Amino acid sequence: MRGGGLRAYALLYLLFLYAPILLLPVFAFNSGTIVAFPLNEFTTQWFSQLWGNTTLRRALVNSLTIAVSAAVLATVLGMFAARASTRYRFPGQGAALGLIMLPLVLPEIIVGVSLLVVLLAVGVELSVLTVIIGHTLICTPYSVAILTTAFSSLDQSLEEAAQDLGESRWNAFRLVILPLVMPGIMSSLLMSFTISLDEFIIAFFLAGNEPTLPTYIFSQLRFPKAIPMIMALGTVLVAASILLLALAEYFRRRGAARTGQTNSGGFP
Amino acid sequence: MTAQTSGPAPNPGLAPAPAAAGPARDAQGRPTPISSRRAMIECRGVHKYYGDYHALRGIDLTIREAEFFSLLGPSGCGKTTLLRTIAGFEDISSGVVLIDGRDMARVPANARPTNMVFQSYAIFPHLTVAQNVAFGLRRDPRSRAEKAAAVEEALAMVGLKGYGARAAHALSGGQRQRVALARALILKPKVLLLDEPLSALDRKMREQMQVELIKLQRQVGITFVLVTHDQEEALVMSDRIAVMFEGEIAQLSYPEELYSRPVSRRVADFIGMMNFLPVRILGDSDAGVRVDVPGFGEFDIPAANVSRADPGDPGPSVGFRPEAVTILSRDAPAPHRETPGVIEEVVYYGDMTYYDVRLEGAERPVRISMRNVFGRDIQDLGTRTRVSWSPGSLILFR
Repeated sequence: MRGGGLRAYALLYLLFLYAPILLLPVFAFNSGTIVAFPLNEFTTQWFSQLWGNTTLRRALVNSLTIAVSAAVLATVLGMFAARASTRYRFPGQGAALGLIMLPLVLPEIIVGVSLLVVLLAVGVELSVLTVIIGHTLICTPYSVAILTTAFSSLDQSLEEAAQDLGESRWNAFRLVILPLVMPGIMSSLLMSFTISLDEFIIAFFLAGNEPTLPTYIFSQLRFPKAIPMIMALGTVLVAASILLLALAEYFRRRGAARTGQTNSGGFP
Repeated sequence: MTAQTSGPAPNPGLAPAPAAAGPARDAQGRPTPISSRRAMIECRGVHKYYGDYHALRGIDLTIREAEFFSLLGPSGCGKTTLLRTIAGFEDISSGVVLIDGRDMARVPANARPTNMVFQSYAIFPHLTVAQNVAFGLRRDPRSRAEKAAAVEEALAMVGLKGYGARAAHALSGGQRQRVALARALILKPKVLLLDEPLSALDRKMREQMQVELIKLQRQVGITFVLVTHDQEEALVMSDRIAVMFEGEIAQLSYPEELYSRPVSRRVADFIGMMNFLPVRILGDSDAGVRVDVPGFGEFDIPAANVSRADPGDPGPSVGFRPEAVTILSRDAPAPHRETPGVIEEVVYYGDMTYYDVRLEGAERPVRISMRNVFGRDIQDLGTRTRVSWSPGSLILFR
C-alpha cells in the first residue's frame, strides 16, 4: 500500500493525542475508585460529588473570572498594539513590538517568579487580581499576533472612505473597522481564555490562597480517592471546550462569509 | 509660457451635453467657457513635506465650477498627495487651499464638501450595495423611505438599478467602481475626487468607463478632479489637465494645447509619443528660429513652436509627433517639403501602422504613424520612401 508508513504514523499520532482524552469520560462514569480496566458499574456519583464540592466550585468561579478578565484585557491591549503597528510608523516601533511579543518565549516560571517578587516588594496582596495581571501579560502576545493579521488584511482606505463620507474617526472605526476585524477579536478572546483557563505556573505563584482549576486539580492528585472526581471534572471541561470552540467557529465563519472571505482560520 | 495658460477653449471631440440647465451653463444649456466660471478649488503656494521629502513644491492652481480636471504625472510626482490634500487626508506644510471660497485649513475630511472615489474603491465588504451607498446618509434627517429612494436613484444613475440587495464583496471591479461613484455622488458634493479610478479595470472596461464618467460629470454638473498616470485617459476625459513632475505643475492647459504645444521636452515626452532629434541652432530670423536638423536640412521654425529644454536634456532638440509627418506613396507630389528615407521597421496595429524611417543624413530612425485608410498600402520593410513634412509640424526645445 502506498504511504502505508505515513498512514500508520498519522494514526499513532492521533491516538497519542486523543486516546487519553477519550479515556476521561470512560472513567468518569465508572464506579471503581481505581483508574484501571476492567470497568465496574456505570455511575454518575462522581459528577454529584463534583457539584457538592465547594472548594472546586470556588476554583471554577475563580478560573472563569480570571480567564474572562484576562481574555478581555489582552484583546483590548492587543487591539491597541495591532492597530498601532499596522496603521502608523513611529520611532522604536520594532523594539516596542518585540518587547510586547517577548513573553511568548519567556519561560512562564521566570515570569511567575519575577512577578511574585515584584508584587510582594510593592506590597500587593496576592489574589485573583494578581493572577489576572499575570495572565494578561502572557495572553497579550497571542492577541497581538492574531489581531495584527486581522488588521493588516484591511484596506487602509476603508477607514478614510468612511471619514470621507462624513463620519468621525471613532465612528469610522466603529462602523467599518470593528465589524471587519470581529472574527479576529473572537479568535483572540477564545485563545486568551483557553490559555488562561489551563495555566498553572503563574496561577500557582500568584493566586495566594485562592484556588484555580489547574492548581486545585494538582492539589487533589495526591489523594487517589479524588481521581475519579477529577476525571468527571475533565469530562465536563472537555465537553465545554468543544461546545465553546464549535460556537466560536460558527460565528467566525458566519462573519467571514458575510465579507466574502474564504479563510478558514487554520481549521478545515 | 507659465503654468497658467489661456488658450483655445473647449475640449475638442466632445459633443455638447444634452441640454441641462445648471451650474456653468448659459441660457441655452450650453456649457460656459471654463475661464469665465467661478473658482471651485484654489491652491495657493501649497507645500507639503514628509520629513525631509518635499512632496509638493508650491502648487498654484484654480479648478473651476463643473470642470473635469485631471492631475497627470508619473508615480511619485505628487498628484495623489495633492488630491489627498484637497480631500483633507493630508495636512499641508504651508499655503492655502480654498474650496468654494472657504479656507480648508483645520477643516477635517469629514466636514469638507468633497467626496472621493478611491483607487481600491474602498467598498465596505460587510455591507450590501444599498448599505454602502447609504453610508453617508446616516445623519441625513430624511425618512427611511426617502433615503431608500435616493439610494435607488443613485444606483440607477451609475447603471446598477436593482443591485441594492447584493453583497458588496460579490461585485466585479467595474461594479465596485460604480458603487463607489454612487456612494460619493449621493451626498451631492461640490467636488468629486477620483484617485486613479480606472487603473484596476481591463482595457475595454476602462474605455467604457471613461465615456460614462464624462457623461456622468456633465449630467451632475459637479467639479471632478481626476488623478491619473495615463496620459491618454487624461486627454480623453478632461476639460483641463495639470501635468506634474516632482511636486510641481509643469504645464496646466487644455488637452489639445497640451498635446500640440508642450511647454517643455519633458511634458512632450510624457504626453503621447514624440521623436526627438539633435539640432544646431543657427540664430533667430524673421520667421522664427533658423535651425539645422540632420535629415531635414536648414529651415526656420516658427516662433510659436519654440518651447524650453529641461535642465536634464542633452542640449537643444527638435521634436515631432509620429502623425505630424507623412510617408508619401510612390509618386504622389509632396504638399510641403520632402526628405528621402528607408523604412527600417514596420509595426502593424490594425487601425494604424508605425514605421521606423531612417531619413537621409540622420543618425537614428524616426517613428512615423500612418492611419490604415482604405486604399493605402502597408509599406514593406527596406522600402526607399519619401517623407513629407513642414516646419510648422516641428517643435524646438531650446
